[in-house]
Parts: sequence; C-alpha cells; structure tokens
Amino acid sequence: MTAPAPVETLDLAARFPDWVTADARPGYSGWIVEKDKLPDFARALRDDLGYDYLSSVTGVDYLPEGKMEVVYHAYKTTGGPGVVFKVQVARQDPVEVPSLVSIYPGAEFQEREAWDLLGIKFTGHPDLRRILMWEDFAGHPLRKDWREPYFEEEFKPFKSRWPEGKFQMAEDKARLGDNLSFPAGFDPQKKTDFDPEKALYEALRQYQKTESGLETEHLLVNIGPHHPSTHGVFRVAVVLDGETVLSLKPVMGYLHRNHEKIGERNTFLMNMPYTDRLDYLTSMSNNFGYALAVEKLMGITPPERAEYIRVMMAELTRIANHVWAIGFLLNDLGAYFTPMLYAQEERELILDIFEAVSGSRMMCNYFRFGGVARDLPDGVLEKVRDLAFERLPRKVDELEALLADNEIIRSRGIGQGVLTAEDAIRYSAAGPLLRASGIPYDVRRAEPYSIYDRLEFDVACRPNGDIYDRMMIRFDEIRQSLRIIQQTVKQMPGGPIMAVKPAYQVRVPPGEAYGRVEGPKGELGFYIVSTGKSSPWRYHVRAPSFINLTAFGPMCVGQKIADLVAILGSIDIVLGECDR
Amino acid sequence: MSEMYGKGILKGLGVTLKRFWDTYWEDAIWLFRQVTRGERRYRSPEGIAHRASKNTRGIFTVQYPEEKLPVPEEFRFVPFLVYEEGPNGEKVMRCTSCGICSRVCPPQCIWIVRTTDPETGRPIPDPAEFYIDVDICMNCGLCAEFCPFDAIKMDHDYELASFGRSVYDKEKLAKPVAYYESIRPLNAARENAARAAKEAARFATSAKPEA
Repeated sequence: MTAPAPVETLDLAARFPDWVTADARPGYSGWIVEKDKLPDFARALRDDLGYDYLSSVTGVDYLPEGKMEVVYHAYKTTGGPGVVFKVQVARQDPVEVPSLVSIYPGAEFQEREAWDLLGIKFTGHPDLRRILMWEDFAGHPLRKDWREPYFEEEFKPFKSRWPEGKFQMAEDKARLGDNLSFPAGFDPQKKTDFDPEKALYEALRQYQKTESGLETEHLLVNIGPHHPSTHGVFRVAVVLDGETVLSLKPVMGYLHRNHEKIGERNTFLMNMPYTDRLDYLTSMSNNFGYALAVEKLMGITPPERAEYIRVMMAELTRIANHVWAIGFLLNDLGAYFTPMLYAQEERELILDIFEAVSGSRMMCNYFRFGGVARDLPDGVLEKVRDLAFERLPRKVDELEALLADNEIIRSRGIGQGVLTAEDAIRYSAAGPLLRASGIPYDVRRAEPYSIYDRLEFDVACRPNGDIYDRMMIRFDEIRQSLRIIQQTVKQMPGGPIMAVKPAYQVRVPPGEAYGRVEGPKGELGFYIVSTGKSSPWRYHVRAPSFINLTAFGPMCVGQKIADLVAILGSIDIVLGECDR
Repeated sequence: MSEMYGKGILKGLGVTLKRFWDTYWEDAIWLFRQVTRGERRYRSPEGIAHRASKNTRGIFTVQYPEEKLPVPEEFRFVPFLVYEEGPNGEKVMRCTSCGICSRVCPPQCIWIVRTTDPETGRPIPDPAEFYIDVDICMNCGLCAEFCPFDAIKMDHDYELASFGRSVYDKEKLAKPVAYYESIRPLNAARENAARAAKEAARFATSAKPEA
C-alpha cells in the first residue's frame, strides 16, 4: 500500500537531456545516466533537487545482455518517494564506474561491497578494497558466472533430491580438494609474499597528522576479530596517539556467507526463512521488507487483517530489539549483564508471542507474499494486550529509571561519539542513529507502507547525536511502538489473512522492485530483479547494520579508545546482517 | 550540577533492590500458596506458567533441564512423517512421495526415492526411501505448510544433540498419527475436518449420477 505521494513530476530526462534517459524496460523505472556524467548528475540531484540521502548502491550482472548495471536509490530526508538512477556499462572484468563517495560519503562501504562481490571498480574511491571477502580472494562471487565450491545447480530445487533422491552427504558430494579452483598460475603449495593486510594498514595510515608539542609514536592496534564482539566476530584496526583514536577502519566479513548468492539460487519463497537469518534479532521485520519488495513486483496487497498482524509483529520486534540494544550498550559500557538481563526479560515475553504465532522464537518465517503464514492462535491477542497495555509500559519506565539518570552513563554518553545531523545524512546513517542526530526521518512516515499512514505515532528524535541520545531514543521508540501496538490490538479486524491462495511457487512478473521498511536498526531495503523465472535474478539487501558502520570511523576519530566499543554499541549492529 | 551527585546511581540501585526484594517476596507468597493450596513456585506447571506470564516478578529463570517451558502448538522443530495404523497394525505412510516438500525445502535437505512398480514402471504413491539431513534442516516449516497430504509435520521434540551427523531415514522419521494429534490437537482436528469435508464432497459428486 503506497501513500498518496506528493505530486511531483520529476522528468530528469528533460532536465538533463544529454545525460539522462528514462529506463523504459518493462517493469523497470528510474533513469539511466551516462557513465561519465554520473558525478555531475549526482551533484545536481543532491544540491539542486534535494535528494540528499543516498540509501542504496548496488550492482546487477546482466550476463545474457553482456551488461553490468549500478543501481542507486536516493531519497530526500524531508520525506517522499525516491529517485532510482542507474549506470550501464559493458560487462568486463573489471568494469569501471565513477565513484560517488565525494558526493555521498555513505556510498563508501556499499561501493566497496559492489567492487568486492561484483567486480565494479569505482574510480576515484578513496579506499577501494574488498570488504566482505579477504583481500587475496579470486573472483567476484555475485557475478553470474561465478560458482561456489559446493555448487550443484544454478537454481533450486535440485534435481538430485527427487524422484531418485539417493541421499548423499554434501561433504561427500564435493570433497575438499575437488571443490576448489585456483586462478591461473597460482600454486597453493607455494608461499607467496602477498600480504593481505598491507592495503588495510596503508589505508589506515592516511590520516590528518597534527603537530603537537610532544613527539609521540603512533600505535597501530587491532581490536578483534572477536573482541568488539559482544556483537559478533568483528574487527577494528585503529591508529592511536596515546589513548586517542587517530584513524579507524572496521574489518568485517567473518560471518559472510554470500546471502545474496544463496538468494539468487533460491526460489522466491525459499528466501523468506533466509531473511530471518540476516538480523537474527529482528526476523519479523526482515520478513516484512522482503515480502513488501516481492509484493510490489507481483502487484498484490495483503488483506486488512494481515496488515494489522504484520504491523503488530514488526513493532513487537522493534521493542525486543531496542531493549536488547539498550542492554548490550550497557554491557559495552561495562555494566555487565544486570541491565542486559533486565531488558531480556521483556524480550523473552515477546519471543513467547512469536513462538505461539509463528512456531519459532527467533527464526519466525511468518510472512508470505500476500499475507501471513497463519492466523493468530487463540489467546495471543490477549497476551499482546497484556504486554502492550500493562506490563511493557511499566517495565520500560523501570528500565529507564535504572539507567537514564545514572551519572556514569551520563558522563560516558553525553557529548561522546557525536554524529552531527549533516554527517548523519552524508554517511547514509539510518534508523535510531540518524534520528538521534536530529533528523526526524522514518520510513514509516517518510514513505508509508502497509497501514502506517493510518496509525498515530510520533517519529522519535533527539538533538545531540551522542551515545546518550542514541540510548534514550530507543526508549522513545519503544514508547511509540507501544502506541502502535495498542492501536493494532484495538482495531484488529477480522477476515482472511492471505490475499492469494498460498502457493510454494509464485509467479513474479519481470521487473525490478525496491521494498524498504523501517527496521529496528534502520532502513532495511530489498532490491529485487525478476526475469519472470522462479528465482530472483538479483536479490540485494540494503543492510542497515552494514551501512551504519560507514559513520563509525568518523565518529570515533578524536575519541578515547575506551569509548570505541561504547560507540559501536550505540550504533547497534548485528553481524548476521552486516556480513550477510 | 545543582542536583546531588550520585542521585541517579542511587535511583538505579533502588530498581535493583526492588527486584531483589520481589524475588524473596514472591517466594514468601508461593510459600503461603504451597501451604494453603499445594502450589509450588519451582518444578511445577503452575510455577512455570506464572514465570512465563505478564505477572512474573523477581527472578524469572526457568531451570532447564529440570524445568521446561511448555511449547505452543505451532512450535516447530525438524519434520517427521505421519503414518496411520493399518488393520493389521502395519504402518501406512500418508506420504505419496509427490516431492513437493523436497522442492519447497530452502536448504534442500529432503531426499526422496519414489517407488516404481517393477512390472509397469509406473510410480506407486509410497516413498521407497526418505531422508532428511537434520543438520542442514533450518526448521522453517515450509514442507509441512505445503504438503497436500498432511503427511509431513513439524515436531515438538527439540532435544536432538548428538555427537555425529544426524541423517534421519524413513524409519526414524515415521511417527504415528496419534502422536501428531497429541502434539497439535487443534491443527489435526482442523485438517481432519477438512479431509472429511473433501471426502464427503467427492462422495456426493460420485453418488450424483446414480441418483
């Protein structure tokens, strides 16, 4: 369900006749920009037209057409629909496209990802290294002609499973050694002098050197992999002057499993349980985003009751995620586990509801294209009512009383790790990170989906953009989510829960769609290209945890090393989504 | 700072103190209930239900494995195959080896060998072999959701720890329909009613020409 969009006829082809043509392929929308004019176009889009927020950058490998395409989604932080623009280049290895990092710094990690996984070289990028794979990895895994070691077939379902499904263990099917391929001229037995960390350390050492009176030696320290790791396997390389951070680069990908490649082998429905495993704390939200994207392509809208159930589940997820985030931030600040476990109690009760509704506490797999998997079982609505009207408001106040006025939290949080409003937009920060910096941007209001345009709630916003505000905004958002849940409980309509007959093979017309939701961690987007087959041709996840990390380095520079983990905690990342 | 420094910390400590008090106060309440009504806080269904309810206060932990939270009906863990008891007590699988579950399975962990009639070479609706690689299964429940014969269902048994790879064959997967009805009574009743209605409809259409 789309909101009445502000009437705006944006004819970019008329405005930039030499640079831009409309994308006329059936099922596609947006604008195709001349490769060489891309930076000029982007600058005009940002400065003259007000599209100041670059949400998503990704690439598509159109192997049969011999083309590669880079797809950009830009929005205005004042709200409204976005603009999609694309650059097409002939398919080579590698292809070259001008980088937009100087115009939209939020593209930095996303362009690195597109380089890493698709082999698109962004000229002018300040630090174009691989980001999810390691530096001496050969090939670009998301290219359509790249095959993974346990490759069986291009698309599921695999023919070997039925009707002659003689069981064979995956590890016997492709034994280690048989499933490896090496680039030409590479001998695995021979030691090379290639240092995979060299590029990282070189990039790390490019920082503004300040003249101080005292001659000090700058120290390079690796934190992790694993230490900043109350959050997962994550590594930060920093250069320190004493205890002050001079330069910082996050290193990630330790949990990378090429979710998107798996998604392109899967059928559309098979991806639904895989989305649970992105940000495993917020599976209902992930389901929501993916379902929206595919429904956009299919042109179906869920029935009223399904919409209410969806919103109720998504907001319960937000509460569960935010109490977890607050608890974890306190762990990162050194208040080990008392606040964390207090917060988790409430999450437990929410997970009980998910378990009763979907069958699983965390891997919900509850949404279907055109509705939800099953209706609410008896008693669940009462449980939600008890929580939303009675227990949670009381418990949120209690948690706030425990934390908000605590002098240690205030002195460690206020004024630390500041992200200014301008920087938050520039770095494409999303969700609580953006709103704590004073930008009241929330996809639920900026471009309402589902039934959010009918619900009453406020966009939580805090002005200072420091660690303390990022903690407090999560309390604010929990309270707004409670308001939404209370409304959905009161207004829950009857009726069917599926718009179409449930089917395991859905027909998705050719075209592209970008479905985005305001996930608990920020804007979660799914970019899907269908060719009309049973599997998506391209399946891309705009992961808020990943893109929010773009601002992590700039936030930490100048801070003390002890605050680094606290800043990371206040961003609230989940590596399952970050590394994908 | 105009306020007293440390007031916020004291306020927070008040919250933890209240929790501490709540735990022991709950113990006192349950002691009273034990004396008067014989209800216990720990290791009893009523105690576990209370700790999983909105009214829980103080310590909240369920002491697994001595205590276990009851699972809701929709709870899903690895699939099993439903069989019905034949007239002589033999196992009649509901599965017709149509292969929908193996085609819908996201990690492709279901392997089915279809039986063929050795004389005619045509398929017989009964699986010759049926494997689920439980270590690969992601417990998504799609197989059970899309099985047209109510033959594959998600189990409630979640204690599957093992020292090796767990690959379940047909023997291990087969469970009686009575077990299925015991873990999912509402679902089973709904499906039985739907099947009965279908049968009745078929009977009605087949009876029509004679009438």
